[in-house]
Amino acid sequence: MTLWTWVLVACAVCFALKLAGHLLPPELLHDRRVAGVAGAITVGLLAALVVVQTVSDGSSLVVDARLAALGAAAIALLLRAPFVVVVLVGALVAAGLRALGWG
Amino acid sequence: MTRADPDARPPETERLRTATRQGLSVGLATGTYGVSFGALAVAGGLDLWQTCALSLLMFTGGSQFAFVGVVASGGAGAAGTAAAALLGVRNALYSLQVAPMLGVDGPTWRDRGRRLLAAHLTIDESTAVGITQPDRAAQRRGFWVTGGAVFVLWNASTLAGALLGDVLGDPRRWGLDGAASAAFLALLWPRLRTGDARSIAVVGALLAVLAVPQAPAGVPVLAAGAGAALVGWFQVRRGRRDPGEATP
Repeated sequence: MTLWTWVLVACAVCFALKLAGHLLPPELLHDRRVAGVAGAITVGLLAALVVVQTVSDGSSLVVDARLAALGAAAIALLLRAPFVVVVLVGALVAAGLRALGWG
Repeated sequence: MTRADPDARPPETERLRTATRQGLSVGLATGTYGVSFGALAVAGGLDLWQTCALSLLMFTGGSQFAFVGVVASGGAGAAGTAAAALLGVRNALYSLQVAPMLGVDGPTWRDRGRRLLAAHLTIDESTAVGITQPDRAAQRRGFWVTGGAVFVLWNASTLAGALLGDVLGDPRRWGLDGAASAAFLALLWPRLRTGDARSIAVVGALLAVLAVPQAPAGVPVLAAGAGAALVGWFQVRRGRRDPGEATP
């Protein structure tokens, strides 16, 4: 299938998930396992996305300017910077190191 | 927010105004990171229209970033879709929470239409602002204003970011790959308040590191999601984990 098809399929699946809670009985929320597992999936996936985006180069692990950008972003988050500032810090550090000829 | 003496609460118009103001400010804040999404999506290989379609039709930031991240790292569309769907699971929990509060489950076509619209606008931000208001009217106001404001600004800023990304050219030169790492970390950060959440994040990250050299692109992320679900399951069974942390 083309990328366009997958874009539309993914949108449909995400909408169905949002609609599901409006159609299902609200008692489901009281099941601790449902809430616990859903919360865990969100955290696990985001952590994996951080890793893949930072140190993967297709099918191998590499260390380059992205890792330094991630470290700078973590410092920005510790200093309670807003989302857009954190993203800008990441871009600036990666771009800056590459301009200096590293990574 | 809730006090024993009802007279001690601000009057209703004031509570509605507060809900509106919160919704609009959250919308403004979110709009600014739509620019990052638009630029990163184009840098990751999507065209302008695909990028805008994701913001219009998927309209849930985490899933959109995940889809783009997997496709950009060379993953198949199917793997990107699976990652987006897994990250969208939490929206089902949000809609379970906001459905009783919104009261749009009537049999009329008008209610059905409003329910579809409410479903589309059920995201982190609208749920968070909605459920934290002190009374039903303010909760509804908070949900709809936040959802509407985020929708308008998110889509406008996505378009701006995508146009910007087109002009910039080579994404690495501008550090856009570093920006994507930072964006994922910023999405994860507020969810790491408890020790259990942090251990799940470590498990997810480790699984991804181990899987990258072994599995095709996109699969490491899904493996981490499956592993995290398993750990979450055992944490709840041990009774340590507060299920409330799944809510914003």
